[in-house]
Amino acid sequence: MRKKAAVCFHTMSKNTVSDRFRKVDVDEYDENKFVDEEDGGENQMGPDEAEVDALIRQYPFHPLSCWGPNGNLMEALQAVLKNPPINTKNQNVKDRAEGLVLKVLSSFKSSDIEKAVQSLDKSGVDLLMKYIYKGFERPSENSSAVLLQWHEKALTAGGVGSIVRVLTARKTKSSSNLRKHQFTLESIDVVRLIFK
Amino acid sequence: MSLYNFGLEPLSCHAWNKDRTQIAISPNSNVVHIYQKSEKGWNKIHELTEHSGRITGIDWAPVSNRIVTCASDRNAYVWTLKEDAWKPTLVLVRINRAATCVKWSPQENKFALGSGAKLISVCYFEKENDWWLSKHIKKTICSTVLSLDWHPNNVLLAAGSADLHCRVFSAYIKDIEERPGPTPWGAKMPFGEMLLEHKDCGGWVHGISFSPSGDRLAWVSHNSSIGVADAPAGKEVTQLTVEHLPLLSVLFVSETEIVAAGHDCCPYQYSYKGPGNLQFVKKLDVPKQSSRSGTSAMQHFRNLDKKATTEEDQNELDTLHQNSITQLCIVEGPKSKVNKFSSVGLDGAMVVWDFKVLMGVINTKPGVPSRRKYVI
Repeated sequence: MRKKAAVCFHTMSKNTVSDRFRKVDVDEYDENKFVDEEDGGENQMGPDEAEVDALIRQYPFHPLSCWGPNGNLMEALQAVLKNPPINTKNQNVKDRAEGLVLKVLSSFKSSDIEKAVQSLDKSGVDLLMKYIYKGFERPSENSSAVLLQWHEKALTAGGVGSIVRVLTARKTKSSSNLRKHQFTLESIDVVRLIFK
Repeated sequence: MSLYNFGLEPLSCHAWNKDRTQIAISPNSNVVHIYQKSEKGWNKIHELTEHSGRITGIDWAPVSNRIVTCASDRNAYVWTLKEDAWKPTLVLVRINRAATCVKWSPQENKFALGSGAKLISVCYFEKENDWWLSKHIKKTICSTVLSLDWHPNNVLLAAGSADLHCRVFSAYIKDIEERPGPTPWGAKMPFGEMLLEHKDCGGWVHGISFSPSGDRLAWVSHNSSIGVADAPAGKEVTQLTVEHLPLLSVLFVSETEIVAAGHDCCPYQYSYKGPGNLQFVKKLDVPKQSSRSGTSAMQHFRNLDKKATTEEDQNELDTLHQNSITQLCIVEGPKSKVNKFSSVGLDGAMVVWDFKVLMGVINTKPGVPSRRKYVI
C-alpha cells in the first residue's frame, strides 16, 4: 500500500503543470500601465573623459595654480559633474561616468572635500549625492570610505532633501532598485532616524 | 500657539466651522468626530458614522454649514445639520477607486473630489431630482489625484497627482452658474478644459494652493521641492529644492508668503516675489527650552537608571508636532492676510499657529519656556 502511495506521488509531481507562469511580469501586460515620458538621451555622452583626466593629472604639480595645490581638482570636479548621462539608455556611458566621478572623488585630500562641496551649487550637490549613492551600489577597494567622507560633507550642504531627491529621481537606476525593494512613504521615517 | 492632542491615532484630515468653535477631525478611521471648543479644551459633540472605509477628506462649508466627507470606500457624503444632528446624503460620485481629497468651491454650490480612479469628480446639487450629481474630469490624468484647490472665481480647479504633474482645469458647470470672465490662466473655460499642465514636478504632488488673487499656484512634491506657477507672467514656473524631508501640505498666507509643512514636522515659510524669486524665509516653530539649568544629581542618576543615559528627552523631537504634519488649514484672517493657521499630524495633535506670537517668539533670545510639561 505504501509503495503504491509513493509511486502515486511521484507521478503526481511529474504531471503538475509547468510553473513558467510564475516568471511572467504581469505589469507589462497592463494596458493602463503608467509610462514615463522618455526624453531623447541619445546625445548624452557623459562627462568628457579626456578633459577630466588631464585635470586630474595636473594635480598637484601645476606651477601656476592660483587656487592652491588643489586648484585643478576643483575644476576636475566641475568638469566631471557636467553632462550627466541621466537620460541615456546606454549603460556603458553611465558606467564610464560613474567610474570617472569616483576617480576624481578619490583624488581629493580629505581636508579639501568640504571646500570642494561648498564650491558646488544646489543642483551640483544633488548630482554629487546621486553619484555617491551609485558609487555605494558597487563598492570597490577603498571606494566606500572615500564616498562616506564625501557623503558627510554633501549632507551638510544639501540636507536630507538631497538624499530624498536621489530616492525619488525617476531616471536613475538606484531609485528603481529601491522601488523593487518596496520603498514606500513610510521609509521617510527610516531616513529621518538615520540622519537626525 | 496652542497644541491639543486628540489622542494616539494620527489625524488624517480636519476642517473648521465658520466661527472656529467647532472642528471636524478623523482619527485615521471611518468615523468623523466633531469637537466643540470649551475653556478646558475640546469636547466631542458629534460622531458621523456612515462611511465604511477610512476617511480621506473632510471639508466644512462656512456659509451653508454643510460638511462633505470622502473615504476610501469610494463614497462621499454631504452632511447637513438638522435639529442638532448631522444627516448624511449620499453623493453619486461614480468612481471605482478610493476618494483621496475633497474641497468645497468658494461659493459652496459644488465640490471637487479627487480619487485613485485617475479622475476628479465635480459634484453639484440638482434641485429637480433632489440629489447630488457629478461630472468627471479625466483628461490626461494618469494616476491618483492627491490634492485639489479651487481658484477664487469658483470655476478653476488645480489638481496635483501621483503622475508627477500638476494641472489647472476648468470645472465650470453651466447648470448652476454663469459663464466666468477671462482670467490670466485663460479665457475659454468649458468644463474639463486644461489650462495648465506642468509636467514632472519631480515627485508626487502632495499639496497645492492658489494664491488669494488666484494668479499664482504653489505646490509641494515628494522630491522635497516647492514650485510656483505665475499666470500673469506667462504661466512661468519657479521651483525651489528644499533641504528637508518632503512637504505634504502648502498654503498661501498672503499674496507673496507661503507656508508649507510635511514630514519634517514643522511649518516653513517661503516667499515668492516673482518668476525666479522663490526663497526660503524661516522655520515657523517654537523652540523648546533647551535644557533645564542645573539638573540635580538625583535627576542625573534617575535618568541613568531609567534610560541608561544622562541626556533628557532624547526620544522627542524639538518641534511642537512629534510626527509628520499632514494638513494645513486657514483659521483666522482673510486669505490675503492670514493671522492664524492650523496643522494636524500623524501624532494626533492639532496646533493653531499664530503669526503674531511667532513673530514675538522668533525675535526673542532662545530659552523661551515652552508650553510642554516635563514629566519626571
